[in-house]
Amino acid sequence: MYLRAGIDSLPRMSLDSISLARSAVPGFAIAVAVLIAGLLLALTVGRYPVSLGDLLSVLYAKAAGHRADVAPAVESVIWQVRGPRVLAAMLVGTALAVAGTAFQGLFRNPLVSPDILGASSGAALGAVVGIYLSLSVFAIQAVAFLGGLVAVGVVYVIGASVRSRDPILVLVLTGVVVGSLFGAGVGLVKYLADPYNQLPAMTFWLLGSLSATGVSDLLPLFGPVAAGAAVLVALRWRMNVMSLPEEEARALGVATGPLRIAIVAAATLVTSASVATAGIIGWVGLVVPHLARSLVGPDFARLLPAAAILGGGYLLLIDTLARTMAQVEIPLGILTAVIGTPFFIWLLASVQKNWS
Amino acid sequence: MILEGDKLTIGYPDRVVGAGLDVQLAKGEVLALLGPNGGGKTTLLKTLLGLLTPKAGEVRLDGAALSSRSIRERARLIAYVPQTHVATFAFSVEAVVLMGRTAHGDLFARPTSDDRRVAAHMLDRLGIAELAQRPYTMISGGERQLVLLARALAQEPQFIVLDEPTANLDFGNQGKVMREIRALAASGLGVLFTTHDPNHALRAADRAYLLRGGERIAEGPVGEILTRERLEALYGAPVQMITDGSGTAFVPG
Repeated sequence: MYLRAGIDSLPRMSLDSISLARSAVPGFAIAVAVLIAGLLLALTVGRYPVSLGDLLSVLYAKAAGHRADVAPAVESVIWQVRGPRVLAAMLVGTALAVAGTAFQGLFRNPLVSPDILGASSGAALGAVVGIYLSLSVFAIQAVAFLGGLVAVGVVYVIGASVRSRDPILVLVLTGVVVGSLFGAGVGLVKYLADPYNQLPAMTFWLLGSLSATGVSDLLPLFGPVAAGAAVLVALRWRMNVMSLPEEEARALGVATGPLRIAIVAAATLVTSASVATAGIIGWVGLVVPHLARSLVGPDFARLLPAAAILGGGYLLLIDTLARTMAQVEIPLGILTAVIGTPFFIWLLASVQKNWS
Repeated sequence: MILEGDKLTIGYPDRVVGAGLDVQLAKGEVLALLGPNGGGKTTLLKTLLGLLTPKAGEVRLDGAALSSRSIRERARLIAYVPQTHVATFAFSVEAVVLMGRTAHGDLFARPTSDDRRVAAHMLDRLGIAELAQRPYTMISGGERQLVLLARALAQEPQFIVLDEPTANLDFGNQGKVMREIRALAASGLGVLFTTHDPNHALRAADRAYLLRGGERIAEGPVGEILTRERLEALYGAPVQMITDGSGTAFVPG
């Protein structure tokens, strides 16, 4: 322990103050504020407006266990109509943000999104095949979920069997190639589909929406998202080290191969579950991790929870916009792209000074 | 405890870089690896670290095959200081040094208060304690090199392997790293470093290992091995030797 010679002369007080110096409290406060604003807006705004007072008395009555002193329609709008959709939007936003955070760290690239390894294109192929075969809604979701897992599995097996000095690059390139093959499959199924009945359903699904979400969707969404996120949170310190170059991470004692499989599996589980419920919603998994990183810094111990909270709030706001902006619902994927594209361009312009 | 390579054939899956290489590094000793670009220095170094598998021969630590130890055990025995690079994410300097503690905790562990004390101690030892809360992306190249050295020290290893530790440093910081290498050996570590500057080997190393085209040209105490003739043969270029009362220096001719 000769390297520690003199270590006891270091004052303990100063060490404690160091770890508190860069507090993440303001960053988390902003994330929570966004989530609360999203919740209040999503529950009150819409075709049947609910006043803030009515919302609070309904929530209070539920907590206290008695009936609220409001019109029954208000309660029904909050609990039956908007409630499940609000929870689903939060879960999907959280899922995409957490998966994006994990993939950006794993691929050491801040411009990566959760569908980098083909989870979305695999789920898309599963869903359109399900619609083409006129399966039940639940079965379509199940096939989409499996499609996402299978696509990433295929990408991983191919990527791992190619011998290369840069396994990360091979994995990303394989993801792009396999993703475009699945995309061709989606095109083929759309081409073969009944243009009056099936094709609109496929298009709607591929653009992403929560309009058909009900209570029964919540458990199949919550289970995989919670399981995947729990694995990622448990590995948070190792994920910091995994964002170093491969050889450095190994020299620091991290078995990068098995750990990469665990992180990819957890993030894919989370992504596939959200895509199966809500269809393809791009950009959230790219944009939110950046916003979260600017709020609380790059340490995954803070970044993962911050991204989870912010992602939930972000998609709640977008979904509220989607159902209130126009007479017809606007697909989520279109709104997130309209917001995400300028953000991405700004990111490219400023990435030099921020990340290097 | 000795880190040794026995008749190593080194290289990558698709090509062989060098063959028949024997290396020994004892604790408390500094070995400098010299040679022209592409001569196999970095490949040999990564093989000794266990980052590359030798194509033939064996790397042994304390008499047992390095490959018989887990990746975590290895990280507690041998630390690696890579050439500085641009980091993707703006971790604080303290967080970067704390990453050196990873092998001391289990799969789900977070840095403990003891880990924080070790990290702070190593930053202090290298005179960069005031950088602790700065983003690693916002400090100078020389400071980054010292931070990576602090991270390696935080591993509390028995051996430390540095890849061109002076490559990105200004004149003053080069001297600082050379002094630190001597101090590490004095406190009992075995140190291996690669360098393009024979003067650094002369100054900081006990022994020099000359590698050209994947072959060992010469090995031995720096005072005997580093001669004008050998260096001219090693680099295939004229070299001048300057000697005065205070010592010897080599200058490319």
